[in-house]
Amino acid sequence: MAECRMNARSKPLDNNVLAQAAAWADAGQKVALATVIETWGSAPRPVGSQLAICQDANFVGSVSGGCIEGDVVTRALDSIETGASEVLEYGVADAMAWEVGLACGGKIKIYLEPLTLNPLIPDPAAGA
Amino acid sequence: MKRDTLTRVLDAQKAKQPFVLAINLKTHEQVELTAKLSGQEDWMMAEVHEAIRSDKSRTKTAPDGTPWFFNVFNPPLRLVIIGAVHIAQPLARMGVDAGYDVTVVDPRESFASPDRFPDVTLRSEWPDEALENIAPDARTAIVTLTHDPKLDDPALLVALRSPAFYIGALGSKKTQNARQERLSEAGFSESERARISGPVGLDIGAKSPAEIAISILAEITQTLRRGHP
Repeated sequence: MAECRMNARSKPLDNNVLAQAAAWADAGQKVALATVIETWGSAPRPVGSQLAICQDANFVGSVSGGCIEGDVVTRALDSIETGASEVLEYGVADAMAWEVGLACGGKIKIYLEPLTLNPLIPDPAAGA
Repeated sequence: MKRDTLTRVLDAQKAKQPFVLAINLKTHEQVELTAKLSGQEDWMMAEVHEAIRSDKSRTKTAPDGTPWFFNVFNPPLRLVIIGAVHIAQPLARMGVDAGYDVTVVDPRESFASPDRFPDVTLRSEWPDEALENIAPDARTAIVTLTHDPKLDDPALLVALRSPAFYIGALGSKKTQNARQERLSEAGFSESERARISGPVGLDIGAKSPAEIAISILAEITQTLRRGHP
């Protein structure tokens, strides 16, 4: 199997994440994207910051200062398997604060989704 | 995200067009939006325009109570460097790392060679002509580094008439004073001329070309995030 290798230097940092995600997908790798959708307090990365995760757990970009990336990557690998999208919450109030909480005292919401090769057909039975 | 959507985000970036992806956080429905689009609900287009204007992605609640996330992908910030001199090399590299779409302008083609400046756009027109073509906007920073009034001044004349968020000019205090006088004679008021940062860069005692590039990029960053001092 081809590896999830990084491209060499490329242009703008934030686009880098999506360009790398596209390059992985084009190389036949499965990819997930994590995006900061809301922050409270002293969150280290602003809303819109993205992390792309390849199926072998290689990743590019960031959604925090490195505090929660490990957990996001683990969950991203599940998302790649199941094809499910979800909203993740991290922060001092979270039950998992001791393990993966933010040392800075901030709180972050992350949208985690797999990169899908074909348009998803909405399932009317699925609901919200 | 669909693979096709990802392609369209990257294409919009290349075409320097803003793009917004709206995600329904309950149903996971995704809608691709641009500023010129019609046919979408008013509240949604209002969020799109505001996200593009403020350059900030945001989560908003729709009138029906559903949370939506609006992820804005604005074209990259631009950095135009006049003078393919030694300082321009680290400044161009660091500019790319800081997320800028970097252009180096120098009519002397032996200076502005792709070997010396990989990863950036090179232009060999005279600086005023190059800047007219680049059409700097409010997301553009301009730095003149040639030390030569023949090259720097024409660039500054165009820069001062543009909405560029940062204009910097290399040169000692003496050079700056002489330049200010020439620009005054060219009809620019004191407040207009005050837009030029010169001597360029934050005062951190920089000596080497890379250190000077750091001080310049630090001042550009400060101006971007906090406004002109």
